[in-house]
Amino acid sequence: MNRFLIPFGLFIVVVGFLAVGLTLNPRELPSPLVGKMAPEFSLPQLHDQEKVISSNDLKGQVWLLNFWASWCGGCKDEHPVLIRLAQSGAVPIYGMDYKDERREALAWLKEWGNPYSIVAVDQLGRVGINFGVYGVPETYVIDKAGVIRYKQIGPLREDILEKKILPLVKELQNQ
Amino acid sequence: MRWLWVLILLLPSLATAYEAQPLAADPQVEARLKVLAVELRCLVCQNQTLADSNAPLAEDLRREVREMIAKGMSDREIIDFLVARYGDFVLYRPPWKLTTTLLWVGPFLLLGAGATGLVFALRRRQKKITDVTLSEAEHNRVAKLLSEGAHRP
Repeated sequence: MNRFLIPFGLFIVVVGFLAVGLTLNPRELPSPLVGKMAPEFSLPQLHDQEKVISSNDLKGQVWLLNFWASWCGGCKDEHPVLIRLAQSGAVPIYGMDYKDERREALAWLKEWGNPYSIVAVDQLGRVGINFGVYGVPETYVIDKAGVIRYKQIGPLREDILEKKILPLVKELQNQ
Repeated sequence: MRWLWVLILLLPSLATAYEAQPLAADPQVEARLKVLAVELRCLVCQNQTLADSNAPLAEDLRREVREMIAKGMSDREIIDFLVARYGDFVLYRPPWKLTTTLLWVGPFLLLGAGATGLVFALRRRQKKITDVTLSEAEHNRVAKLLSEGAHRP
């Protein structure tokens, strides 16, 4: 009996490791920036290049920062979710147009709708690097003090919004 | 008409040839980038180093590293800059930490467990061999059986 119990036990352990390991998403890297101050930026606005949007202007409110681009497929997937969120007025969404052509970005927003309060232009991807962006779309929840509280890698989905982001936003807004 | 031809033929001489821009302004910077880039992971194509990858993000990160080298930052500072933004995952060699202890020690633990298991198994087998002792009667019976077999046609 013992002779079979040991290999069987090992087998169960291996299956356990595989069950966890194979269902993890290797694309979702934990961000070291969660819980830290959001990097500061000061960038031209997409709709009015003369104007500048600075992260300092956004302090004192809870806000979402969404990195997107007109060339990005996942951004199209999450776009309806963002539009509905913007319409609900639960939290302002600021866009970061990441390494994009201005003309195409404007056309994209015109065609599909604009969920953003203001869109900043990160032409060289420098702000993206400061935020640890390695693929668009990525979305950050930033609190009143300017601390990153949550990072969503990849497209936002309705269930992530309902279960994670909206409760967190509400909690932060009440602080 | 001839002057027109002369003029046309002279036109190319107006074009100035500029020297091709070298890949890096400073070969020393490039040498350091090369060393650093093989230690750093491309976040997009995760099994490639920053040196191998052609992903746009890898190009941007190489540009950042190049600029940091030009600014006179040390390798340590540059690596810290990237780790602060992308986490330890950006390093090809994970650092020794509490959370990575199992990663570094694990293979040696497995080796130790295997070796111990082997030693125990061999000892047990040896015991089984030496433990077989024959009584006088059994010994005689074996001798008899063997001699019978020898006389068989």
